[in-house]
Amino acid sequence: MEAKTEFKTKLRRVMKAGFVNFFRSGYVSLASVLVMIITLSTIASVIFMGAIFNTTLEELRNKVDVNVYFLTSSSEQDILDLQKRLESLPEVANIEYISREQALANFKLRHENDQITLQALEELGDNPLGAALNIKAKEPSQYQGIADFLGQDNILSRDGESIIDKVNYLQNKTAIDRLTKIIDSSKTLSSVVMLLLVVISIVITLNTIRLAIYVSREEIGVMQLVGASKNYIRGPFVITGIMYGLVASILTLIMFLPITYWLGGVTENFFIGLNIFSYYLSNIFQITFIILLSGIAIGAASSLLAVRRYLKL
Amino acid sequence: MISFNNVSKKYTDNSVALEGVSFDVSPNEFVSIVGPSGSGKTTLIKLILAEEKPTSGKVYLRDSDIHSLSGEDLNQLRRKIGVVFQDFRLLPNKNVFENIAFAMEAAGREEGEIEADVPHVLELVDLPHKAWNFPHELSGGEKQRVAIARAIVNQPDIIIADEPTGNLDPMNTYDIVQILKKINDLGTTVVLTTHNKGVIDSIGRRVITMQEGRVVRDDPSGKYIL
Repeated sequence: MEAKTEFKTKLRRVMKAGFVNFFRSGYVSLASVLVMIITLSTIASVIFMGAIFNTTLEELRNKVDVNVYFLTSSSEQDILDLQKRLESLPEVANIEYISREQALANFKLRHENDQITLQALEELGDNPLGAALNIKAKEPSQYQGIADFLGQDNILSRDGESIIDKVNYLQNKTAIDRLTKIIDSSKTLSSVVMLLLVVISIVITLNTIRLAIYVSREEIGVMQLVGASKNYIRGPFVITGIMYGLVASILTLIMFLPITYWLGGVTENFFIGLNIFSYYLSNIFQITFIILLSGIAIGAASSLLAVRRYLKL
Repeated sequence: MISFNNVSKKYTDNSVALEGVSFDVSPNEFVSIVGPSGSGKTTLIKLILAEEKPTSGKVYLRDSDIHSLSGEDLNQLRRKIGVVFQDFRLLPNKNVFENIAFAMEAAGREEGEIEADVPHVLELVDLPHKAWNFPHELSGGEKQRVAIARAIVNQPDIIIADEPTGNLDPMNTYDIVQILKKINDLGTTVVLTTHNKGVIDSIGRRVITMQEGRVVRDDPSGKYIL
């Protein structure tokens, strides 16, 4: 009579019972899946928000550079010499030389609809713009060093006169620093809010699953009185919890396709060039993995916690 | 078979449910336990099933002290006891076949045995045609017969029936009592609690009468007297 069934048979029975239970208690399952979708959507939103903030910060950092404007009187040779000296600095990533002619062409292009400015330029006869060097550092923190280097008095022409008109680092820097600070603190703030939302929604999911199992508390008692082992009772509930997580994560992942598609244009224009739809598609494996894992883990863990309460006979 | 040895049970609010209860049940006996509500019948049943622990005294089943067992040993013991409740307590998400099969699965029985034994016990309680119905599709009497089928399917040594006829009409009550008698005739010990006078009088076997937590009468072929 006390025939010991194999572990495989037990596992199959537990899986089947959990599966069948998911479909037979339809409304309870539906409610649990819906609540879980909210949790998983919050987690997905955290991922997307993080991506938006990170790319925006990254883009802003790339916007930082140092422009050195030279006097119109300085010779091209002096400027190219300075460029060589700058390139030998370890902090410098790359330098772009903009000649006087290039600067004029850029200016004309920028003001092509502004007839008055162009006319004024025409009347001037001469090219009033100086050449410039656009310097990019490897790290944002290194700009100070480059700016200091340019501030030294050794940057003189062969005749011993200064060739630099102005270095625009400082005025750019304050604006960019302030923007970086704003984005950084809004990132921290939104992380805290998002984390709070994730925690709240996990607690709500836990409670929903606990209610779903509360309905079965008498059943659990009966199962124990019939002599079922604790694992044999727990098993099907955990499987059902995993099913909630699985179904909810698949629905969430599908749901986020149209949502990100719709928001893609908005984020691309509003933030700096990040289309969250293409971000979603290019990271689909990682995001699927995170959402599936969270869903399954939350489902299984809440079921385990909930059944434990009623397994006390 | 079952032995109560000076058992007392106080609940946490200090209300006394049982006080100095001692009696023995021999194998193959049919024992009815009667008494008004609150006399301690249900507590007695809960002690046999190890749902509650006694405050003092010991309860033996065969030779083992039930309340010293735990885990797998307790599960093994429970598989030797079939239980029937007043409120049936079937598993609502499982059909009749699965409800009975669950008790066998829990006892670790093979698929082949389950396929063979479940129809057999359904035959015994006269419900073979309801195997695929769910509990909510059955009448009270039918539910109780399923519960009995579940209780006997593992061929237990003892059947505990806690007011099994409490929710049933006289016809169904008669049927259930007949089934319990049949099970007893096949060699299983039956412990029945009830406050239905007709049931006791129709069985005509040993009756233990309880009042305010004490055994006040133990008649070998009793009538319902209070």
